[in-house]
Amino acid sequence: MSIRIVARRLLFFVLVVWAASTIVFFIPRLSPRNAIRERFGELARTGGFSPGDIEKLIASMQQQFGLDKPLLEQYWQYLGNIVRMDFGYSLSRYPMTVTDVIGQSLPWTIGLLLVTTVLSFVLGTVLGAISAWPKAPGWMRTVATPFILLTGVPPVIMGILLLFFIGFRLNWLPLGGAYSVGLVPNWSWTFFLDLMEHQILPALALILGSVGGWVLSMRGMGITIQGEDYVNFAEHKGLTSQRIFRDYYLRNALLPQVTGLALALGTVVTSAVIVEGLFGLPGIGTALNLAIRANDFPVIYGIVLFITIAIALLMTLLEFVYPLLDPRIRNN
Amino acid sequence: MTLANMTPTSVAGTISRPSRRTLTLRYIRRNKGLAIGLAILVVLALFTIIGLLVIDPKKAYPLSAALKQPPSLKYPFGTDFFGRDLLAAMVVGTWQTAFIGVLAGGIGTLVGVVLGFIAAYFGGWIDAGIRTICQILTPIPVLLIQVVVAGSLDKRDVTIVTMAMIVAMLAWMGPTLVIRAQVLTMKERQFVAVAKLSGVSDMGIIFKEILPNLLPFIAAAFVGQVFGAVFASFYLAVLGLGPLREPLLGNIIWAAQSQGAFFNGWWWWPLEPAFAMILILGALALVNMGLDELANPRVRKTE
Repeated sequence: MSIRIVARRLLFFVLVVWAASTIVFFIPRLSPRNAIRERFGELARTGGFSPGDIEKLIASMQQQFGLDKPLLEQYWQYLGNIVRMDFGYSLSRYPMTVTDVIGQSLPWTIGLLLVTTVLSFVLGTVLGAISAWPKAPGWMRTVATPFILLTGVPPVIMGILLLFFIGFRLNWLPLGGAYSVGLVPNWSWTFFLDLMEHQILPALALILGSVGGWVLSMRGMGITIQGEDYVNFAEHKGLTSQRIFRDYYLRNALLPQVTGLALALGTVVTSAVIVEGLFGLPGIGTALNLAIRANDFPVIYGIVLFITIAIALLMTLLEFVYPLLDPRIRNN
Repeated sequence: MTLANMTPTSVAGTISRPSRRTLTLRYIRRNKGLAIGLAILVVLALFTIIGLLVIDPKKAYPLSAALKQPPSLKYPFGTDFFGRDLLAAMVVGTWQTAFIGVLAGGIGTLVGVVLGFIAAYFGGWIDAGIRTICQILTPIPVLLIQVVVAGSLDKRDVTIVTMAMIVAMLAWMGPTLVIRAQVLTMKERQFVAVAKLSGVSDMGIIFKEILPNLLPFIAAAFVGQVFGAVFASFYLAVLGLGPLREPLLGNIIWAAQSQGAFFNGWWWWPLEPAFAMILILGALALVNMGLDELANPRVRKTE
């Protein structure tokens, strides 16, 4: 891969981050809502400050956040802050910064995302490949069908159904939360098991909701590839069925599948975020949910930007993986 | 493309052609996904239309019925914590969901078609500009930007129509790129060259020659857009960013979740909108796949 291509990909990454940050900067400023005023208005209702004090407080806060400066100056400062991953302070959990809030919830989200995405991608790809492979045994080809039928079901709804049937009706698994009420997080085996028990349903919701998509795209690729001359040639050369499946068929179908993964990252992450909210796992999704309920704008914007940057970064990294998978790109 | 897939059409062409209606019916029979999807959509449409005629829509709003009643003869779908008759709520909610989907999907498709045509037909820096903007905006997770927009609005300003606008605002990139690519291939076809030679104007070529041939693609893009819009508005509503007073399907789930419906044993409350959503999205997905097949002759099933 030449330096020019690398530079182009990096420039693209920077442009995506810049576009997202600019949208997130300007949209709230077009709206008449004032985050700080609303927050203090709420405090005033519950705490009983006098209105005059509130105005002074708001003014000093706005000065502290730099909201009294000209818009363009604010914008430059904001872009500088983004580069340093500084998203400001949380309004509802004040001494904490947005970065703290994200840092606290991130491990949960990464764990859930990594396990579910890898499992559903691998499972979907293998099932899709088998379902389109004419030499696979009949029962193996039908295994994928139920997953295809589930494609239209968003993970959140899958989560609700699982909650109802497995959590509520059968009472096999807990209805939400990260661990049982009353347990204190520690490194013991019982706590770990309890933790895992609470992760099963959200993970299952995400996997069942997304396997079908991978099955469908892989199946489509598989059907296209079967008609190709090189597959016919391999067959006539007398290669074993397994060899053709692995080296001629799976290998060639894998590249568009990885491209699909890069394109689907946004959906994958947002689904995970919303499913987390549904099950009340203490990840980014719940942090976002709480921030929306508390009108904690810096946290909402910070989380949105952080996820966007993370996705853009992952997509850029995946672009660098292609040459490893496809010699045509490597030599070009 | 294998030979086996291509021969039957040419054979069918030489024998006397059956009427258009029989051909359409036969195609529907082959394209089962499209048929099932359309059938579900028709049933859902009947459910809402008859429902809106028979049921008092006021029952879909809080404090109009007894609280927390499980499904019974009087309330076939039960009632919720806020005293909404869920049957009425489902009727109104499905209607509103369809409204948002069609409005936002329509706007997204229209913007996409216009931009796609402009980019492909005029080319040059206009094309480069539109394409670059689409490519930069595509990786940004649309839902999150919608969260920012919806969150920045005053809660009173969030209505069904603003919901549709928020969803439509960032959903035109897909159709733009698809239509652009199709117009580009269409431009090189012979019938366009012939039209140009015989002195048809630019607008004439666009509207009389290219657009009619693109209709299947536009239809597929539209259904895809409606699916995306329903999905996006549902997610926003589940996050509590929808018009909270309206019985939008996602709102009902949000409300059920905030009241801990399953913990309290009110299982019917979140389950009904969930099933309605599965039907809507499943039907749209089936129609979308069916239309893709119709639009894309490479995968079209022939007799």
